[in-house]
Amino acid sequence: MDQDRHTIVRVIGVKKDFALGKQTVHVLKGVDLEVYAGEYISIMGPSGSGKSTLFNMIGGLDKPTDGKVFIDEVDISQLDAYELAWLRNRKIGYIFQTFNLIPVMTALENVTLPMTFAGMNGDDAMEKGIELLKLVGLGERFQHKPLELSGGQQQRVAIARSLANDPAIILADEPTGNLDLSTGEEIIELCRMLSEERGVTIISATHDYKMLNVSDRVVWIRDGMIDKIQHREDLDISVGGIGGPENGHVPGGEAP
Amino acid sequence: MSKNFSGTRSVPQGEAIQRAISLPWAKSVEISYKSLRVRLFRSMITVGSLVLAVSFLAFVLVNLDVASGILHHGGDNAAALLTLAGYDVDPATHGVAMTAKERWIVILSLLVCTVGIVNAQLMSVTERFSEIGVMKCLGALDSMILRIFLLEAAMQGLLGAGIGALAGFIFSLLAGLVRFGTLSVAYLPWGSVLASMGIAVLAGCGLSLLGVLYPALLAARMRPIKALRAEH
Repeated sequence: MDQDRHTIVRVIGVKKDFALGKQTVHVLKGVDLEVYAGEYISIMGPSGSGKSTLFNMIGGLDKPTDGKVFIDEVDISQLDAYELAWLRNRKIGYIFQTFNLIPVMTALENVTLPMTFAGMNGDDAMEKGIELLKLVGLGERFQHKPLELSGGQQQRVAIARSLANDPAIILADEPTGNLDLSTGEEIIELCRMLSEERGVTIISATHDYKMLNVSDRVVWIRDGMIDKIQHREDLDISVGGIGGPENGHVPGGEAP
Repeated sequence: MSKNFSGTRSVPQGEAIQRAISLPWAKSVEISYKSLRVRLFRSMITVGSLVLAVSFLAFVLVNLDVASGILHHGGDNAAALLTLAGYDVDPATHGVAMTAKERWIVILSLLVCTVGIVNAQLMSVTERFSEIGVMKCLGALDSMILRIFLLEAAMQGLLGAGIGALAGFIFSLLAGLVRFGTLSVAYLPWGSVLASMGIAVLAGCGLSLLGVLYPALLAARMRPIKALRAEH
């Protein structure tokens, strides 16, 4: 079902080495991955598996030692500082585990900042910011500073901010890692809704098994390599009961 | 599933990007101002050290103006009076100069002040690592980060140096009144007093900018990934 879709992220033979004193650590040992536009992908793996490193490569936050990362058919290792900034501004929205809102700005200002960078005028940005905050369910709290909001609310602001310039990809780095169970579920539900209704590609690095239910595909990373890639249909068989109540409406018997 | 992917698909090249990413001056000033206000206590310490150093500089400079005013209008008697008061009067050029000791103290005070500013700004940058990282993830260019820090320093510099120059002027007038009586105010060369205060303000702003340069460059050059990791 994916073949006819536009490939938004293409990772080809990516290797990453880190120098640790005199030793060289091979964190990624050659990863190939294609992500299609509109997909919801989860990257799973234990800590130290290279999950975060791969994630940072896709986000243009780090450059590979070897291999190529294409975002929207543009090789990001060829980009200069300006082009990278443009890419981060327009093409990619980031959601972090620790929310990372700018503490001196209100929720609305946090959301409008990327629009300001993109050169949108103040009133338009304000209007769109309020609209986005309403979308994530924070319509009446836009004048609050981040510290006056709960963790879940801060993450909602962060999600609204990631959508500011209508990016093609949203990168979520453990978005539920600092949230309790039910708040985490709300955030996951919000991500799923965005992916379905707005057609945003969501790539999330996570430990959270709740994420699996909403993912189109799950990429398992182990020891710097892709261990396996599972489609959602296959997933429910192999993970079994972990899916919980949502198991019911996903057809189970389609895997080969 | 209805997944409609839309939007422009190509990265603009070269020139187009420089225009594509922007931060208007008004917005940069606003961000800088807010950052200062949020860390009011910290920024006031920086401003305080500037006030002290600049007021001392202004005090010394205006003192010289007061003395030269008296020298020019008070005749030979005045020269003796000034020498008695501890000024270096040069009878040949008919001018008053800072004593060597005074010069050293002024230079030292400015130096100490600069070191203090570098220290305070480095702390401020460290504290804001993740904030800087986030801004970079949102598309901020190095030059924008640099600009925000320089603007903050300029505001602190203007405020501190302004207050300092004024304080130095007032103290030196008071000192003149106490030492030489109304003579000092009567013969005050206002033009050179203003120039002295201008020099003091400029020196203060210069020091503030000089002090923030290294921390700001550090912040601007930081890669976003490092900045985001800093807090973990």
